[in-house]
Amino acid sequence: MPEQPPGQRVRNFDEVPLGYDAEAAMAEASRCLQCRRPLCVDGCPVRVKIPEFVRLVAEGRFSEAARKIKETNAFPAICGRVCPQESQCELKCVLGKRGEPVAIGRLERFVADWALQHGKIQAPELPPPTGYSVGVVGSGPGGLACAADLAMRGHDVTIYELFHAAGGVLRYGIPRFRLPREVLEAELEYLAKLGVTIRLNFVVGRTATLDDLMEDHDAIFVATGAGLPRFLGIEGENLLGVYSANEFLTRVNLMRADRFPEYHTPVHCGDQVVVVGGGNVAMDAARTARRLGAENVTVVYRRTRAEMPARTEEVVHAEEEGVRFGFLASPTALNGDDDGWVCSMTCQRMELGEPDASGRRRPMPIEGSEYEIACDTAIVAIGSRAHPLVPETTPDLELSTRGYIAIDDSGATSKEGVFAGGDIVTGAATVIEAMGAGRRAADSIHRYLTSERPTDEDG
Amino acid sequence: MHEIVAREEIAKDTWRYIVRAPEIARQRRAGQFVVLRVYEKGERFPLTVVSSDPDEGTIELIFQAVGTSTRMLAKMDVGVEILDLAGPLGRPTHIEHFGTCAVLGGGFGMAPVIPIATALAEAGNTLIGINGARSREYVILEERFRQICDRVEICTDDGSYGHRGFVTDVLQRLIDAGEQIDYVLAIGPTPMMRAVAELTRPYGIRTVVSLNPIMVDGTGMCGGCRVEVAGEVKFACVDGPEFDAHQVDFDMLMKRQRMYSEMEGEARKMFEPHSTPLCCCKEGGHDNNRGKDEAAADARAASRPAGA
Ligand SMILES: Cc1cc2nc3c(=O)[nH]c(=O)nc-3n(C[C@H](O)[C@H](O)[C@H](O)COP(=O)(O)OP(=O)(O)OC[C@H]3O[C@@H](n4cnc5c(N)ncnc54)[C@H](O)[C@@H]3O)c2cc1C
Ligand SMILES: Cc1cc2nc3c(=O)[nH]c(=O)nc-3n(C[C@H](O)[C@H](O)[C@H](O)COP(=O)(O)OP(=O)(O)OC[C@H]3O[C@@H](n4cnc5c(N)ncnc54)[C@H](O)[C@@H]3O)c2cc1C
Ligand code: FES
Repeated sequence: MPEQPPGQRVRNFDEVPLGYDAEAAMAEASRCLQCRRPLCVDGCPVRVKIPEFVRLVAEGRFSEAARKIKETNAFPAICGRVCPQESQCELKCVLGKRGEPVAIGRLERFVADWALQHGKIQAPELPPPTGYSVGVVGSGPGGLACAADLAMRGHDVTIYELFHAAGGVLRYGIPRFRLPREVLEAELEYLAKLGVTIRLNFVVGRTATLDDLMEDHDAIFVATGAGLPRFLGIEGENLLGVYSANEFLTRVNLMRADRFPEYHTPVHCGDQVVVVGGGNVAMDAARTARRLGAENVTVVYRRTRAEMPARTEEVVHAEEEGVRFGFLASPTALNGDDDGWVCSMTCQRMELGEPDASGRRRPMPIEGSEYEIACDTAIVAIGSRAHPLVPETTPDLELSTRGYIAIDDSGATSKEGVFAGGDIVTGAATVIEAMGAGRRAADSIHRYLTSERPTDEDG
Repeated sequence: MHEIVAREEIAKDTWRYIVRAPEIARQRRAGQFVVLRVYEKGERFPLTVVSSDPDEGTIELIFQAVGTSTRMLAKMDVGVEILDLAGPLGRPTHIEHFGTCAVLGGGFGMAPVIPIATALAEAGNTLIGINGARSREYVILEERFRQICDRVEICTDDGSYGHRGFVTDVLQRLIDAGEQIDYVLAIGPTPMMRAVAELTRPYGIRTVVSLNPIMVDGTGMCGGCRVEVAGEVKFACVDGPEFDAHQVDFDMLMKRQRMYSEMEGEARKMFEPHSTPLCCCKEGGHDNNRGKDEAAADARAASRPAGA
């Protein structure tokens, strides 16, 4: 797929892959073997009807293809861009055993973009209102997917979002060069067409508690995500110029600090930036720093490239954009100058030992191997924690480990009428898994609302 | 949704706004704040909820127009809607019957002091209020303070009103005079809060301060507001904003508050009243209805360093 050349794209926030044209999409789609037992579908958390839509693309029937995808995935323009297809559908593609798998993600993106551009996204005929009302807490992919499904079944849906704009991580986390905001806006418009109301600036647990919301709604879906930053807990972490990736990305993505002072939120991005971590979040922070003008950006990761949780495509893109990697290194301290600004990071070299619980080899520090990297900005991207506001203010909501909400197979929590899904249940995962959880919960909520209540529950 | 229903300039560059926010008015408790954004390109910034009227569905905000965002807010007239307003945020103040409480407000710190003092008084405490300001024209909320407190001392740096000196001088005098003080609340500029903490430390008087680090989301999601308390990192927006003054690392707080001072200066230049495309007021005869893009282009041009 054609891309913006690296030298050009580090100077803008425009999307990197340019997308297929119709001809290229049809050619790619015609490579599909149309397997009788398509394994690719098993690899997709929401079981998109992949062979069917790919065949429609090969035949040039793009709007039908779009409808086919929408049957199971309400937001294909997003998923086509941010899903880790290489470890899902494309990993299972039979063609991938010998050569390149069918580029399912790119085709999904093509179809979704085509439908958006040609105005083919019409809200489906909605069933008559059921009279039931559902509240959705959080407007990330989990909340959006759940809301869409419920609305399509005739329920009245209101989403509550604490920020002044909807989308969750799609808004404040993932940079626009990976997910242009027009795409997100279009998907939100679709939701509005379905009749979903979004109440922004509404902090559940503060503006109203979950119990208060229960008075207005017949059921609730909680998808508040895992948006709390984790820090390293090392010396110097509160120096000026040290950010959590969340703050750094929020300032740029949500608040548009890249256009300061036209937009009033500043961000400090020096010339020498170190990013700690090895996931998508670290890649996004590093690539954003390059675009803000940082000359030297180094990602410090305690294992090796092979163990990096980031998508391969993101790592390759980062490398092309001049981001450097320091593998097998772990920060032990951040050092400051007299004014309290960070000026360097002390790292310790690591070696890989025995596999740990995750199956990845455990990094072990090498005694006496400390070295320093000069930096004027440091960004910590080592993961996140559950958002505690809803659990803290809802005493009878049972938690699993580390503050995540416990659910049963149907997505129901310990609290009658309250369901949960996405990162607030699983810990930081993926967009499509959150969407999948939202859809499953929508099913359960629909059943919960339309079955006899409250006693007839033994089925 | 969040309409300004009344406003007045209560002192030089200090404004009191009544804003419609029924849900916040119902939920808020002493010590909590809201996060606002006043226009599309604006920052998110926190202001304390000074009081609320659940029946009217309104909240009271008192702020000093110090920089870009607060000056823009100060230009917004009655009837205008505040674009974004979220809250109430932060932990409510821990209120109990302590006995005699000294409540100290420095400068605009008086605004956050009022709701907490009110709650302390309602809990049956005896209140000695101490209000410090640079000079007479900056003394705010005096009448209201007098109504809440059993006794009020006022001091100004230049002696133009009340005692000459700082709030700490007044507090020290009270302690020296043998006044039994069980609890101290101090809110104001960070150096003032630190000075109060140092003063009460040897006496072991329980002392609470409300910290004002730079915030973004105000809900725990960014960590920008982190402060060090008793050697531990806390997020002021969710763990605070009030903390035990004797445990706070004020040095770190002051440094972090200055993180963007250069950039803020740059942004402020763009908001010289009536002279920039970003001025959102109705005064000055300029056209507020110009296209966004046009305004943006002007803004970019204005921000480009000479010769670039
Ligand atoms: C920088 C970054 C890059 C990523 N890249 C990828 C990628 O390329 N591919 C991929 O598949 N995944 C990626 N992920 C992970 C993915 O974004 C998440 O797994 C997914 O967004 C989780 O969805 P969610 O709906 O559970 O929660 P979120 O997207 O976190 O949304 C939760 C929403 O709830 C709101 N909220 C929280 N508490 C409250 C409350 N009390 N009241 C009201 N609202 C509340 C939050 O403000 C937020 O908007 C990335 C994550 C990050 C941070
Ligand atoms: C919990 C809390 C409650 C507050 N309550 C009040 C109040 O009731 N009345 C009042 O007048 N002020 C209050 N403040 C301070 C107020 O938020 C700042 O004055 C305001 O953000 C300044 O923004 P500006 O753009 O006008 O000025 P700028 O020129 O941008 O900055 C001036 C100074 O304000 C501080 N500041 C800037 N941006 C932020 C931000 N996003 N968050 C926090 N501080 C910032 C910085 O220290 C900066 O140096 C409170 C702050 C906090 C944290
Ligand atoms: S303001 Fe973001 S965590 Fe406190």
